[in-house]
Amino acid sequence: MQRAQPLSEIVDQLVQRISAAAAQGTPLCIRGGGSKGFYGEQPRGAVLATGAYRGIIDYAPSELVVTARAGTPLAELEAVLANEGQMLAFEPPHFGPATLGGCVAAGLSGPRRANAGAVRDFVLGVRLLDGMGNDLSFGGQVMKNVAGFDVSRLMAGALGTLGVLLEVSLKVLPLPKAQATLRFELSAADAIESMNRWAGAAHPISATRWNDGELLARLSGAGAAVEAAARALGGERVDEQHAAASWLAVREHSEPYFETQFPLWRLSVKSTSAMPDVPGAQLIEWGGALRWLATDADTHRVRAIASTCGGHATLFRASDKAAGVFAPLSPALMAIHRKLKRSLDPKGILNPGRMYPDL
Amino acid sequence: MPTSAAPAPDPALKAKLIGALSAFLPASALLHEREDVQPYECDALSAYRQLPMAVALPATEAEVQRILTTCDALRVPVVARGAGTGLSGGALPHYNGLVLSLARLTRILDIDPAARSARLQTGVRNQAISDAAAPFGLYYAPDPSSQIACSIGGNVAENAGGMHCLKYGLTVHNILKLRAYTIEGELLEIGGDGLDAAGYDLLALLTGSEGLLAVITEVTVRLLPRPTRAQCILAAFNDVVAAGAAVANIISAGIIPAALEMMDRMTTRAVEPFVKAGYPLDAAAILLCEADGNDAEIVEQIELMKRVIECSGATEVRVSASEAERLRFWAGRKAAFPAAGRISPDYYCMDGTIPKKALPEVLNAIAQLSEKYGLACMNVFHAGDGNLHPLILYDANRPGELAKTEQFGAEILRLSIAVGGTITGEHGVGVEKLDGMCMQFGPLELQTFLAIKAAFDEHALLNPGKAVPTLHRCAELGGMHVHGGAEKFPGLARF
Ligand SMILES: Cc1cc2nc3c(=O)[nH]c(=O)nc-3n(C[C@H](O)[C@H](O)[C@H](O)COP(=O)(O)OP(=O)(O)OC[C@H]3O[C@@H](n4cnc5c(N)ncnc54)[C@H](O)[C@@H]3O)c2cc1C
Repeated sequence: MQRAQPLSEIVDQLVQRISAAAAQGTPLCIRGGGSKGFYGEQPRGAVLATGAYRGIIDYAPSELVVTARAGTPLAELEAVLANEGQMLAFEPPHFGPATLGGCVAAGLSGPRRANAGAVRDFVLGVRLLDGMGNDLSFGGQVMKNVAGFDVSRLMAGALGTLGVLLEVSLKVLPLPKAQATLRFELSAADAIESMNRWAGAAHPISATRWNDGELLARLSGAGAAVEAAARALGGERVDEQHAAASWLAVREHSEPYFETQFPLWRLSVKSTSAMPDVPGAQLIEWGGALRWLATDADTHRVRAIASTCGGHATLFRASDKAAGVFAPLSPALMAIHRKLKRSLDPKGILNPGRMYPDL
Repeated sequence: MPTSAAPAPDPALKAKLIGALSAFLPASALLHEREDVQPYECDALSAYRQLPMAVALPATEAEVQRILTTCDALRVPVVARGAGTGLSGGALPHYNGLVLSLARLTRILDIDPAARSARLQTGVRNQAISDAAAPFGLYYAPDPSSQIACSIGGNVAENAGGMHCLKYGLTVHNILKLRAYTIEGELLEIGGDGLDAAGYDLLALLTGSEGLLAVITEVTVRLLPRPTRAQCILAAFNDVVAAGAAVANIISAGIIPAALEMMDRMTTRAVEPFVKAGYPLDAAAILLCEADGNDAEIVEQIELMKRVIECSGATEVRVSASEAERLRFWAGRKAAFPAAGRISPDYYCMDGTIPKKALPEVLNAIAQLSEKYGLACMNVFHAGDGNLHPLILYDANRPGELAKTEQFGAEILRLSIAVGGTITGEHGVGVEKLDGMCMQFGPLELQTFLAIKAAFDEHALLNPGKAVPTLHRCAELGGMHVHGGAEKFPGLARF
């Protein structure tokens, strides 16, 4: 077996690579496990691998905080937490051999998002290398911290364009004591109405998914609360094993809906929005706030629908991304984005173009 | 520490500013006589005072925008001000600047009960949101103790927390969308009605930015269904170490209480005469541990919490048997600040957050510091998330006592950083903790903060001199940086 390289050496090498790239103005493509290469604009530049910088640095379950290196496989981290009866409450999708760093940089959250919060809600601190190779630490390992601008949370979803994550501290939560999944046959409109009504009634709902006339709702929490809610909501009880597999399939996009030859759009909208009137199959999550749409409809049309519904549309998976993956920003916001990019990556070498062409 | 007399304002600049602003603001919305601006000379950290050049009180977003472009053109610093309840001097005026009071932007623009959100002008009071949402069975969860007075814009600017943020999160976790203006008068629409937005997470970046990046004019918040009811456990402990261990045990048992607060003996003894809560006054510390939700859930949680607390060596455990009793348990916690004000001429509230495992160590150290400085200190804190609020009692009229108090405070902050925590959990840096920032961050991090500031506000006109110290200031303090100091604290993690 290969001897593991000392950690400080790994960091030194990353710093050297970044410094050299900054000096020459050559782009770097940051790569953890490579599981999210499909997401965002086309990656370009020389690969900067972070996978070797891995392992858990600090984890005390009673603090509800874990600190790990960015290259730590997400599965490994989740297993360690599960062993202590805890979890990453934002239920991140893996989409392959995901690492912690890639998970935070992609900023994608799974089925529990509407109820528990997003990746960025759980980020407490980061150590990162900026575009000049400076080794910087922000935030910390405590749950409340307002010292300095919240650079840590800014990293969530920045797709590596603002820094190479080295270490991340996350808030974790206890695994729910009980769980139940209910199944309903409902039209899209009725499902949207039901999900919003339930969310307004303090039921311990932890995930919802509607597709093709079938709504699944997952309840998580104290045993008594789950049972009481299951009785109140009705529907048909799905057996636990089957339910677990279903939620995994929703999270990982392995359920049949996602096997589509059409471009897959992700619409993040106001939860009560009516079903978008476009051709193509739809799958609803997050109590109505997330709509997947497999369609060959025109980009402008899809984006216009999303903004009418108070949100935005992302071209999540497609062979042709010429129309741009992420919704265009207003000129004022784009100007701020450019300046932020320049302040952390003045030479523009970290994942350039991965989010927007000029970032 | 409050500095000596600030330089005098520039009269020519003042005349130009008043001239330009009075072109579109009614006289009632523009104050510049000494007696009129005096009420704005400080926020709730009243040890710091400074008269502003003028105060503007816009009634519309359009006026806010024009005020900003005017100040930008004249290069006049702008200090946004909500309700002025801040505890770190964030809204302290600039001697040559304008205070932009947002207190008149108090309209609740929309409540959407089905989607559970509310769109508010920035000056809406925190409590007013929950009041307006109550008919729909909804409320706004973050509940700073100042909630009857503080504004939602101020909450966003400070990322305010509250008693219930262990379970329900801070301001950043409960907002969806902002409208904000840069100093150049550019509108930034940040976030959305969905749960995320395209681009960088500016919603998170603006939260807690203390008025340095943009002026917030509108906030859309998430509303939650009001829990059916709540029940509270009051537990007494013979020593703070056992109380700290109980906190860890509760969390380790997989419970997230709705609130988990601790008070030491000094505090219970100070508040009891006022609130008659029936606190066990011999106890070294008491814990308040609350469950909320529906009936079934509460019964289950309270049972479990009670068992864990008993096993953690509590000397007495009471479970509230009625809503009246629950409120009585809380009365003392809520009265801690006023009680400090009654038993002492002045008090200084600290706000460090520490890993919970360091609780006994830090509390013991604070007790020693209290003896060293000869100043009493009441400890109340959000135990569940390690956010300490030591209240140092002092008398500003006694020569040297304020200075001693601030040294005591600085030592507590240094201690918080040394055990892996932070100088401020929810009150912000403001002007008060600028030196603490030099302790917590190195020059490279501070430079990044300054670069982010410049990305929004090139000429540093929005709340200058707050939140982020200059590198020069830190250099003058010399070698205070205790953060990331692997050499100094080899046992501690890097951040
Ligand atoms: C008795 C008491 C108890 C408190 N309890 C708590 C508590 O439990 N938890 C907690 O977190 N805090 C608490 N606080 C602190 C304070 O109430 C909060 O920080 C609150 O969020 C400040 O709101 P404000 O409207 O008073 O803001 P201000 O004090 O007016 O301003 C605070 C900062 O925000 C900026 N600002 C205000 N409005 C805007 C805007 N629209 N756009 C941009 N910047 C803006 C100001 O420039 C300033 O830097 C307490 C204070 C008191 C006096």
